[in-house]
Amino acid sequence: MPDELGIVHVYPELLGTYGDRGNVLALVHRAAARGITARVIEVALDTPLPRDGDLYLLGGGEDSAQLLAARSLLADDRARSVLAERPCLAVCAGFQLLAHRFEDADGQPQPGLGLLDVTCGRLARRAVGEIVTEPEDLPGVPTLTGYENHRGTAVLGPRARPLGRVVTGVGNGRDGWEGARQGHTFATYLHGPVLVRNPALTDLLLSRVVGELAPFDDTDVERLRDERLDAADPRRHRARRALLGHWAA
Amino acid sequence: MIGGRVLLAVEPRALPELSRGRDVTLVSGTNGKSTTTALIVAALGAGDDVATNREGANTATALAGLLASTEAEEVVLEVDEDWLPWAIRETSPRTVVLTNLSRDQLTRHHEVGALAETWRSGLAGVPLVIANADDPAVVWSALAGHNHVWVAAGANWTADSLVCPACGGRCVRAGSDWACDSCELRRPDPDWWLDGDVLRCATTQAPLTLDLPGRFNVANAALAVTAAHITGGVPVSEAAARLGVVRSVAGRFEQVRFHGHDLRIMLAKNPAGWLELLDLMADDRYPLVLVLNAEGVDGRDPSWIYDVSFRPLRGRTVVVQGRRATDLLVRLEHDGVAARHIPGSLAAALWKLPAGRVDVVGNYTAFRAAVQEVRRA
Repeated sequence: MPDELGIVHVYPELLGTYGDRGNVLALVHRAAARGITARVIEVALDTPLPRDGDLYLLGGGEDSAQLLAARSLLADDRARSVLAERPCLAVCAGFQLLAHRFEDADGQPQPGLGLLDVTCGRLARRAVGEIVTEPEDLPGVPTLTGYENHRGTAVLGPRARPLGRVVTGVGNGRDGWEGARQGHTFATYLHGPVLVRNPALTDLLLSRVVGELAPFDDTDVERLRDERLDAADPRRHRARRALLGHWAA
Repeated sequence: MIGGRVLLAVEPRALPELSRGRDVTLVSGTNGKSTTTALIVAALGAGDDVATNREGANTATALAGLLASTEAEEVVLEVDEDWLPWAIRETSPRTVVLTNLSRDQLTRHHEVGALAETWRSGLAGVPLVIANADDPAVVWSALAGHNHVWVAAGANWTADSLVCPACGGRCVRAGSDWACDSCELRRPDPDWWLDGDVLRCATTQAPLTLDLPGRFNVANAALAVTAAHITGGVPVSEAAARLGVVRSVAGRFEQVRFHGHDLRIMLAKNPAGWLELLDLMADDRYPLVLVLNAEGVDGRDPSWIYDVSFRPLRGRTVVVQGRRATDLLVRLEHDGVAARHIPGSLAAALWKLPAGRVDVVGNYTAFRAAVQEVRRA
């Protein structure tokens, strides 16, 4: 385990429109709760990614910001190898930047880094709203809650796996999956921020670097999860109706 | 506003008809539009001779009702940034005043860049645009107008102006100057600028003495005095001297005695607004009540609270309230700010706080609820 956890925030000035800076804070916060100090390294546009980070994060951004970020990332010779070797979380525009291709605001295909076996397109209508997904083959990670605000789709190739199955919301589009993962790379359309609302996912990323973590229950975060799932998860609505029906009978 | 509704039912083109022959000024932007509108009206100094939507109501019915109820030739209207192109079509303004553009209610507006594009097409052919020279998205939109007056009103929040709105290149800032690295767009030479609290142009100057707090209100005042001078012909020093009559704007910055406390109620509905208020409160030690909702007009996604650092509030007594109080509590926890959630009314929170000064900050519906609770008392 490193003495100090190096968290690399890639282009925070451009890729940080939907509160995704909160993902960095969540990692720092949950690491600190286990006595692990973290150092956050912010990488400016047109600057090579540092090799010595332990965890890399890419956030969401507007269409034009995403194109500038793509230009910078593709011009960085070592970006692909650095990101392939370390645990990485990419959200929304960040997700698309790691795919083979994505579509810009005019529907033109643009090259991504190709780190994920994923091809992104565009939805006919923007997906905006609370999203709930059931994680796919991630033991110990309960239902994921987040907020989506995007026009991107994602079609997964054979080497990528989905992050979760959509319970409510749009996610990757037609096929009912949300996000992608491949090796140490995790990608999602969930904001919220996703690591604040889903501490088990935060711990999963941290444990890829530091190994097994001591349990840490954050009461306020659990309450937040409960509130958001109560509001958005249709299974909870059905359960509540069934319970009310039972009482009424 | 039944009058407006009936009018529009009988005559759908009522608004253009009612606007005809009047000197209409529209004020829009993400932050500061209500205050700038109120300050322009004050600076014009014409009292009831100026028609304005004081509570910011800017739907077709509200505007038709307002214009039908007055003979005033001068009209100063605050307009929601999404509705600006529509309001320009309907009222044919002689002047449009633009404060700033930044992320706000992304569930509704989606992206700042897209909003700037609709502004630019909406502003095409407007006779005069008075705009903040320090905001690239504002400048690029304003350039579509026929004539421009540039006011260096400042920009504290710059995170939404890193990409050139014209070409997608990179907007590079150096001090107060900015320019695109790939096209011709750059900061225009300001016609008016601030030197501390003094508004200057090439030929004159005037101190802006306000009864409203914060640097952002000095910026609003700079735009307002410029607008009153150019559209109403008011001498700059006279316009500036009249600003002091504005002590609160639809409850914003209102200072009231309530349940044994001296309250100051403030609105912060997006990261740029929060950044300004955190600056304003930086040297205070008063207890704070922060209220967060996520109703329609607030934007349904409060993730934006992570876009600004709350660290300056460390060590302060902070109470959180509102329908999304838990989001706020968790947000503060991530910045090491200890806070407690006291559900219920503002009075319920104040009950637990020591007597004296308390600052109350809410986003839109939360702020409105606080103002209403205090006014009911």
